[in-house]
Amino acid sequence: MSPWLIGFAVFFAYPLLSTLYFSFTRYDGFRQPSFNGLDNWSYVFTDYPLFWPAVRNTLWLVAVMVTCRVAFGLGVGLLVTKIKTGVGIFRTLFYLPYLAPPVAATLAFVFLLNPGTGPANTLLDAVGLPTPGWFTDADWSKPALTALALWGVGDLMVIFMAALLDVPKEQYEAAELDGAGARARFRHITLPNISPIIAFAVVTGVIQAMQYYAQPLVAGKVAAGVIGGSGQQFEPGYPDKSTLTLPQLVYNLGFQRFDYGTACVVALVLFALSMAFTALLMRRRGGLIGAGE
Amino acid sequence: MSTHGRKAVLHWIGVHALGVAAALFFVLPFVFILLTSLMGDRQALTRDLWPDTWEWDNYATVWNTPGFLTWWRNTLLYAGLGTLLTVVSSVPVAYALAKFRFRLRRLSLLLVIAMMMLPPQVVVIPMYLFWAKQVDLSGTLWPLIVPMAFGDAFSIFLLRQFLLTIPDEYLDAARVDGCGEVRTLLRVVLPMAKPGIAAVALFQFFCAWNDYFGPQIYASDNPAAWTLSYGLESFKGAHHTNWNLTMAATVLVMAPVIVLFFFAQKAFVEGVTLTGVKG
Repeated sequence: MSPWLIGFAVFFAYPLLSTLYFSFTRYDGFRQPSFNGLDNWSYVFTDYPLFWPAVRNTLWLVAVMVTCRVAFGLGVGLLVTKIKTGVGIFRTLFYLPYLAPPVAATLAFVFLLNPGTGPANTLLDAVGLPTPGWFTDADWSKPALTALALWGVGDLMVIFMAALLDVPKEQYEAAELDGAGARARFRHITLPNISPIIAFAVVTGVIQAMQYYAQPLVAGKVAAGVIGGSGQQFEPGYPDKSTLTLPQLVYNLGFQRFDYGTACVVALVLFALSMAFTALLMRRRGGLIGAGE
Repeated sequence: MSTHGRKAVLHWIGVHALGVAAALFFVLPFVFILLTSLMGDRQALTRDLWPDTWEWDNYATVWNTPGFLTWWRNTLLYAGLGTLLTVVSSVPVAYALAKFRFRLRRLSLLLVIAMMMLPPQVVVIPMYLFWAKQVDLSGTLWPLIVPMAFGDAFSIFLLRQFLLTIPDEYLDAARVDGCGEVRTLLRVVLPMAKPGIAAVALFQFFCAWNDYFGPQIYASDNPAAWTLSYGLESFKGAHHTNWNLTMAATVLVMAPVIVLFFFAQKAFVEGVTLTGVKG
């Protein structure tokens, strides 16, 4: 345990306390931090124009993206358990996008969904469907990110598949004898049996939404046509703050505006939200701690 | 054909049609990425889906872009060394959490889980200031690699879940035979934990391979220390309108992950299942 305890102290406890301390100071990384009370806190909550949009985006992602991902993951997991022929090939094809590195996948999706000439809109146009602006339209950028998240649903497919195969066969047989149809069997047998896994998928999804960083940042930058690389300034969250998330604010405040004190306030908000969801996870699912506790 | 048989056939057709539709959703993006990566500069900006001429040279162009090989080397160093350090440091901790009874065990476990859930941005500012000002190592990958020698919360958690499934009787038998704790760990636990360790190693490898935030914080002002994830995005900038080259670079970054998957499918799936189901 002890090396980990050192790691814990050095990489978690100490920096967390420092973050708390810096949040009450004006600090630019050059001059010594000077105490300024709750100034940073009130700035973030009342005047910082990017804070509430980022919070709203996070709530959107939690409500829509997480729900879609869990529902779709469950659907694909169910489908895979029903496929009789070539199941190995299907499973592999459904799983592979999950492995695509996020930056590469995001770049690819900005290209695939580009409004003028992208293959997605070319296909949609060919079958007479509307062709949205996706990553260049504030109303469509989060749905576009959701499409990207659904493409990488392979992890959820695998855990749902395993859970579905674990449901005792006898329960289905008994229900069938009682005359229960497919829908009734799903509601009264499948769902109760896999509900701990659904809860797990929801809460880990929420925590991922809290940490959502590389995809919205890269999507925003690439769609805005910002040249990447060091020291590039750009208004984050293109288009119109719609892809802004809380982790991006920490980076923007701390590493682009060198306002470490204010960045630490946002970091602590992120911490509080993540821990609240973690607590929820532990309560909803005592099983996470596992046997013998 | 009986009604029952006909129903079964229709069911088979329905399920497989749905499977094919889903497969299209998962596969078509890969297909379009590949096709675009083989188009000429100008065709990549049109609505064409099929290349007129097959520009295999695009891959050579990307490969020879200044920096690209350096990013590869850095990524391998970060992912390889980081994974090795993570496994070596996390196994003993996971073993202690799974198999020893000691005071504060439950609290330790809660702390591991809390760290696992923590977004890296929460503590990044003091960490950055430490690496940049105290030890002057910003602009290198060391601030990302060194912490791995102190155990990684997610790996510890995953390994613990796996080690819980090893029956205590094996450990007791080893102890009765006079093995010390270290020997029990090396001779009995490690061989049995191989699938769990393989899963954790793969996860960690891809985590580092895919990491964007870490390199952005520590390596962004020194292109010689960029990794593929970080460099790829700037590559799009450098080749502003060249979607064909950008997609070729994307393929080159995705390919190793997918190749490795085909060699280690079982470990992958084992790892994912471990996180969710065996909790």
